[in-house]
Amino acid sequence: MSAQDTIKQTVTSNDVVLYMKGTKEMPQCGFSSRVAGVLNFMGVEFTDVNVLADADIRQGIKDYTDWPTIPQLYVKGEFVGGSDIITEMTLSGELDKLFDDNSIDYSKEAADKIRASNA
Amino acid sequence: MAMQAQQIESLIRDAFPDAKITITDTAGDGNHWAAEVVDESFRTMNRVQQQRAVYASLKGKMDGPNGALHALALTTKAPE
Repeated sequence: MSAQDTIKQTVTSNDVVLYMKGTKEMPQCGFSSRVAGVLNFMGVEFTDVNVLADADIRQGIKDYTDWPTIPQLYVKGEFVGGSDIITEMTLSGELDKLFDDNSIDYSKEAADKIRASNA
Repeated sequence: MAMQAQQIESLIRDAFPDAKITITDTAGDGNHWAAEVVDESFRTMNRVQQQRAVYASLKGKMDGPNGALHALALTTKAPE
């Protein structure tokens, strides 16, 4: 299966997927760490794909969505953004709404805590 | 080879001649940058489209393990 087919299958068969450097337990880049940290803290169940473990996927994910950087967050097969966009959406409450609209479980209380500590 | 703030700004400036562009060296090491780009053309774009347009202006400098730009935090918006 080509990298593009593998990626398509991964993002469409899992509700929330984060392409990142490292794993959700051990991120290996500050930007990846920030997004994984938000999702972990909000109690979101997500699939992590470590691009450092597979050079074809690392390049393939950039081609897949025409986006040159890692991390990349996908919800229900749709590309949501990289770390700057996810940070903005977390603080504005747009990420909560995205999860609500897609019936993704998360802790609203935890999201509010993130906003309170960054206010 | 790391990039300088002026080079980053000039690449973005080529694509967004009228934008307000602010480049910050976030770690003071010439390797971790933040760019804020405020441009009228962003008004009709969502965030992904805005940032994709800025990345495109950097012409591959972000790409790959050997990309000249290792870390660039982006903020994009239309003028208030």
